[in-house]
Order: sequence, then structure tokens, then C-alpha cells
Amino acid sequence: MAAAIYSLYIINKSGGLIFYKDCGTKGRMDTNDSLRVASLWHSMHAISQQLSPVNGCSGIELLEADTFDLHCFQSLPGTKFFVVCEPGTPHMESLLRYIYELYTDYVLKNPFYEIEMPIRCELFDINLTQAVQSDRVALLGR
Amino acid sequence: MQFFGGSEISPSPPVPTVSGNNAHMMYVFNRNGVCLLYKEWNRPLHTLNPQQDHKLMFGLLFSLKSLTAKMDPVNADKGNLGVPQLPGQGCSFHSFRTNTYKLSFMETPSGIKIILVTHPKTGDLRESLKYIYGLYVEYVVKNPIYNPGSPIKSELFNTALDQYVRSIS
Repeated sequence: MAAAIYSLYIINKSGGLIFYKDCGTKGRMDTNDSLRVASLWHSMHAISQQLSPVNGCSGIELLEADTFDLHCFQSLPGTKFFVVCEPGTPHMESLLRYIYELYTDYVLKNPFYEIEMPIRCELFDINLTQAVQSDRVALLGR
Repeated sequence: MQFFGGSEISPSPPVPTVSGNNAHMMYVFNRNGVCLLYKEWNRPLHTLNPQQDHKLMFGLLFSLKSLTAKMDPVNADKGNLGVPQLPGQGCSFHSFRTNTYKLSFMETPSGIKIILVTHPKTGDLRESLKYIYGLYVEYVVKNPIYNPGSPIKSELFNTALDQYVRSIS
């Protein structure tokens, strides 16, 4: 089952982009645009909680558009992981949780990493690339 | 792009695909951001007063459309973020889901936005929104006394809408 992931973003709790990986979109965004998109998403996520008809809303988890789906996972400290993928791609939630595990292992436990700063950890990149390959994502579903 | 086949309401509404509780609320906006209709069936939590709530909802949708047009991974030529998009131009979203609600959205080529907020486990409501747009055309647009751009006060429309929304829940 092919899982087409277009891009992955990680935002810190203040809404700043700390990681962006593009896996094949047409018209690749430049740095400024990706920063703007990330902060826009951070604000939209917060506003969606305000508009909830019932208590206990934790923000947008899935956005379905014409040509892509956007899955978002928010960790307890407030770091958001979101992935842009083909409409209907399965197992994105488990992929996001797996990426969160990679983040805690290779980024947070790295003594040279400054929290809330852009991520520049090679091992994180390597493991992430392995994780988003299609056969790996299909495995996560089982 | 969304296409609407036929100009009359289909004789029977589309088969409901939703399961779960009643719809929470519904908004209809025109292209200028005027809230033409706000209906509430089940809303335990009111965070803001009605005017602010409508403005916030419209603003959220406007920004989300701008975001999806920019993030579109398939089209190479995109405008800058924040440039107002014509209805139908650029990739638009049709729903989003949180842990407590699901919001389904439809924008017509004339700029009328229909929003339905329901239980999170609701299925795809695009056909239902098209049917509601059909109701709007029949009961509101074709009403000679209705002043376009003003809030909808049609009893017939409200009743038909109520009946339909309760039937899909």
C-alpha cells in the first residue's frame, strides 16, 4: 500500500517552525513561506478550540482538502507534528506518534539540542527518512 | 472546483452517511462575511457572544482556505499567502475534525459558505451540504421578498432545514 507523504512540519509550543521536510510537492515552498504556513496553522489550531460546541476540545486533528489531507498530532507539552499527505492515506496517526517517539529519542535526549530551537540532528533525519518510506508506513498499520 | 448538476432539488435527499448524535450548529455566510443564518440544535458551550463567534468562524474559514491554497502539493503555481482567493480558485478544504466536533464546509461559486458542525464520527457530508444549498436556492433565493445579503428569516426554509438535518442525524 503506497503511502504518499508530501511534507512534514514540527512546530514548537509558541508556533515557530522547528522542522520542515518536503518529500515531493510540486512548487516547493521557500523558508519564509514554510514559516508563515506553520504559524498560521498554529493560530488556526488554537481558534478551532474556541469554536467548539462542547468542552474539552484539543484542536484540529484532521483537515480534509480537495488534493491533500493534513493530520496533526499535539503532544502534551504543546509541540505539534503535522503531515501533509494524499487524501485517504491510512495510518497517519500512528506515523505521527512514531515520529514523536523519534523526536523524544534523537532530539530531546540530545544534550546539545536547545529546546524550542530548529532541529539539526542527523540521526533524527536518518530515522525519519526511513520511517516515511512507504513500506514502513504500511508496517505500522499492522 | 465544485460543480452543481441540475438546478432543482433532487426529489429525495441523498442517503444519509452519518451516524451519531444530532448536529450541533450550522452557519451560512455570504461572500462579504455577513452571517445569513445561524442555527443551533445542541451547543452546551458558548465561548463568545454571537457577533464575535460569527466573525471568528468566518475568519477561521477564510484563513484555512488561504492555507490550503498555499499548501496544495499538486499545483505548482500558487499565489502568496493571504491573497484573497476567488470562490473555486485554489485548493479548498471540505472538512476538518477535532476530538469534540467535525466541521463540514462548502463554498458555492457565488461565494455562499455553508458550514455544519456535527459529532466527530460523522461521515462525509458533502452531498448533504449540496442538498442544503438546494433548499437555500428554492426557499430563499427564489423568494421575491428576500433581500440578498440580509439575514434569512424564512419560516419555510427553517422548517425544511430542521427536518432535513434531524433526518441525517
